[in-house]
Amino acid sequence: MYLGELSGLKLGKATRDAFGDALRALGEKYPDVVVVDGDVGNSTRTEVFAKAFPDRAINVGIAESNMVSVAGGLAGAGKTPVVASFACFLMCNAYDQIRMSVAFPGLNVKLVGSHAGISIGEDGPSQMGIEDVSLACSLPGVAVIVPADAIAAAAATEAMLQYQGPVYLRLGRPKVAEVYKHGCHFEIGKAQTVREGDDATVIANGLMVAAALDAAELLKREGVSVRVIDMATVKPIDEEAILKAARETGRLVVAEEHLAHGGLGSCVASVASRIAPVPMAFVNLGDGFAESGDPDGLLVKYGLTPEAIVEAVRKVR
Amino acid sequence: MTNMISLDALQEKARVIRRHIINMTTAAASGHPSSSLSATEVVTALFFGGFMNYDPRHPDTPDRDRFVLSKGHAVPVLYAAMAEAGFFPVEDLLTLRKLGSPLEGHPNMRRLPGIDASTGSLGQGLSVGIGYALAARMNKKPHRVFVLIGDGEMGEGQVWEAIATAHKYQLGNLTAIIDQNGFQQTGASKDVLDQTPFASKFEAFGWKTQTINGNDMPSVVNALNVATQITDGPSVIVSQTRKGFGIIPVLEAENDLNYHGKPLSPALAEKALALLEK
Repeated sequence: MYLGELSGLKLGKATRDAFGDALRALGEKYPDVVVVDGDVGNSTRTEVFAKAFPDRAINVGIAESNMVSVAGGLAGAGKTPVVASFACFLMCNAYDQIRMSVAFPGLNVKLVGSHAGISIGEDGPSQMGIEDVSLACSLPGVAVIVPADAIAAAAATEAMLQYQGPVYLRLGRPKVAEVYKHGCHFEIGKAQTVREGDDATVIANGLMVAAALDAAELLKREGVSVRVIDMATVKPIDEEAILKAARETGRLVVAEEHLAHGGLGSCVASVASRIAPVPMAFVNLGDGFAESGDPDGLLVKYGLTPEAIVEAVRKVR
Repeated sequence: MTNMISLDALQEKARVIRRHIINMTTAAASGHPSSSLSATEVVTALFFGGFMNYDPRHPDTPDRDRFVLSKGHAVPVLYAAMAEAGFFPVEDLLTLRKLGSPLEGHPNMRRLPGIDASTGSLGQGLSVGIGYALAARMNKKPHRVFVLIGDGEMGEGQVWEAIATAHKYQLGNLTAIIDQNGFQQTGASKDVLDQTPFASKFEAFGWKTQTINGNDMPSVVNALNVATQITDGPSVIVSQTRKGFGIIPVLEAENDLNYHGKPLSPALAEKALALLEK
C-alpha cells in the first residue's frame, strides 16, 4: 500500500527522477545552467544532465563545502549552478557555505537536496534529511520548495531556473503517487488546493500530500469534508491560502515528512497565529531520529500515514 | 591591463595604502590593521602592477579579472587599494565599519561594487575562486582569478578540498597567494596548528609553487609575473610576510607582534604614521 493508493492515485516516478529528466530537457533552453555534484550524481539524477552536457557538469568529489562555494563563484560569474547532494549532506555539511557563499551575497544558486525524509528507507538515519527544510528556511532570501510528485517536481525544476536568487528544492528517493496526473501549474510562492472541503484543511507538502488526500477520502466516509492544500513552497509561504483555509474551514492540520521544529508546520503556525488563529494539529517526525527499515514500514512506524492525519483532524474538530 | 606603474611608484603606493589602513581602522576604532599590513605589497602589486584587468568605472564588467579576499578580515587593504584605484572616493575609507557604509567589517559584494566575493567565514575563498575560474573556462574567456588566503585560514579543511579540485580541473587561470604572516588570532600559527610547509604540500597536490618574501615589492612583482604566465594548471605564491609590516617597531614597543583584530589607539596611530612618512 503506497500513499495515495486509497485515493486512486497511480504510482509515478520519484521526484528526483523527474528533476533529473526535467533538468536534462531544459538544458538547451537554459544555457547558463551548470551542474555541480559532490559525487552522488547517480543518486540525485544530475548525471542525466551531466551525460548530455559534459562541459557543463562539475564533480568536485566528496566535498560538499567546496561544492557549494564553487557554485557561489560560478553564480558570481553569471552561471546558474544547480548544486545537488543528499538533503542532509547539502544542508548540514555545507550550511555555512550556503550562508556565506550563496545566501548572504544573494547569488543565483539552485540547491537541490535529494533523499529527503525517512522514506529513503534502509540506509538509515545518517542519510535522512529531516531537518533540511528548517535549515533552508532559516537563511534570509532562500526560497524553499517541496514538490508533491514527479509532475510538480518537473514543473518546480523549471520554475527554479526562472527564479532569480537562491532556491532550495527538496526531493525524495522513492516513487510517489501522481497527485497532478491532470497537469500542474507550478508557481513559486503559490499553494494549490488539490481537494476542496469545508470542515477542516490539511496543509501538506512532499509525499504527505498524497497521504492527506487519502485521509480526506477516509474522513469522507465519516461525513467529514476535508480540504487539502499542497504547500509546495514553504518559503515564501502563501499567506493568502492559509488565511482563506483558516477562515473557511476553521481548522488546520499540517503534515510533512520533517521534524516538528522549523518545517512547514512551524511556518504555517507562525502565519496562522498572526493573521488567522484557529485550532491546529501537526503530523510530522516530532523531535527524533528514525531508523533503518523499509520505506513503507518506516512511514507507518513514525506516524506519517493517512490514519495519523485522520486522527489529527479529529483532534482539532 | 590597468594601472601598470614602476617599481618605485608601486612601493610609494604601498606606503600610501598602509597609511590608509592605519587611518581607517583607528577611525573605526576596530578592525584588523596588522593582518592588512602583511598583505599590502601583494594587494598593491595586483591592483597597480598591471597584473589585474579591472575598470573602476564599470566594476561589474564581465571580462574583468577577479580578486577574492578569502581572509576577509584584511579588507582594509582591499578598500584602500580600491579607493586608490578609483572605485570610490578616498574620503569614504573613513566610513569603514560605520552604520550605513558599504565598507563593512568584512567584504560584502552586495553592497560594494568591485568586491567579487563576500567573505569573512574563513576557508571559502579558494572554492569561490575555482567557481570563477571554471566559469571563465566555460565561457572561453581569458581572465584570471586571484585568491588571497591567510596562513591560519589553511586550518579550514575546505581549503584542501579546493586545492584538490583546482588540480583536477587544471585551472591555469587561477593563482592563489598565501599571506604567511605567521600569526593567527590566539598566537603564532606554528603553535596553534602548524600547516607548514606550504610549498611542498601544494606541490604534492599538483600545483606549481613559488615561495617569496612577500613584503619585498620586487619579489612580489617577479612572482606575479611568473604566476600569470602559467596557464596549464593552478599555481600558488607562498608569500612569507610579517604581520604589521611597516609599523613593526610600534608593535614591538607594545610587546605584541601579533596585534590581532585591534586598531591602533590615536596615539599609537600617530607613531605608526610617522614610520610611514615618505
